[in-house]
Amino acid sequence: MQRKSLTFITRQAPYGSNKAKLVIDAALAAAVFEQQVNFLFMDDGVFQLVQNQNAESISSKTIGRVLETLELYGIEQALVDSVSLEERDLSAEDLAIPVKILNVEQVRQLAARSDVVINL
Amino acid sequence: MKFSLLVSTSPASSQGAMTAYQFARAAVSQGHEIYRVFFYGDGVLNANALSTVPQDEINLPRAWDEFLTNHNIESVACVSSALVRGILDTDESARHKMAGVSLLESTQIAGLGQLVDASIQSERLVSFA
Repeated sequence: MQRKSLTFITRQAPYGSNKAKLVIDAALAAAVFEQQVNFLFMDDGVFQLVQNQNAESISSKTIGRVLETLELYGIEQALVDSVSLEERDLSAEDLAIPVKILNVEQVRQLAARSDVVINL
Repeated sequence: MKFSLLVSTSPASSQGAMTAYQFARAAVSQGHEIYRVFFYGDGVLNANALSTVPQDEINLPRAWDEFLTNHNIESVACVSSALVRGILDTDESARHKMAGVSLLESTQIAGLGQLVDASIQSERLVSFA
């Protein structure tokens, strides 16, 4: 199979809808098929990264445990949009997994050099 | 140009599904190729053959079915999204011992590999979210 660079942008908060799960599943599938996968948290998607979440009481799956699997599938670095963090008064210390924070110009470059950008 | 479409919104609750359908028609009418339509998440409800709508509204699953069949365009409903929403083909209906079949005839049930393949094979993947 041909190898392309696919950038997945996850933009929704973790539990109100299943969009966060859809983006992760699609990214993991791309990684399984040996594509070059970038995973970017943007807008309310950054709330997925907040540490010490526990979704048991709402009978849902805690998203942090799923995010930890990204690395196992070869998605080496989780990327985060700096503006989205700032707007929500979050910083790297609040987050459950190590991330690389991108400024606006770096986000633009990421999208520009990707073959495919999938936004959900 | 060779397009694929990622449709992740329901016809009953979002304009995105209709926009995807209209985009697909416009693309084909202008001579472009659609490699695959991938229904994901709530988007699998576009492939619900049992959907009925008021007379003065468009039945989008039926419209998709005609369009996809007439233009011989492949469409796929993500298996995990489809099953949880009761979108079943003959095989899945039998396997889960359900009473009926609800998937459009023009659409197949398959996995996310088909989305990855569509991303690779197409010049543009257009997402309707």
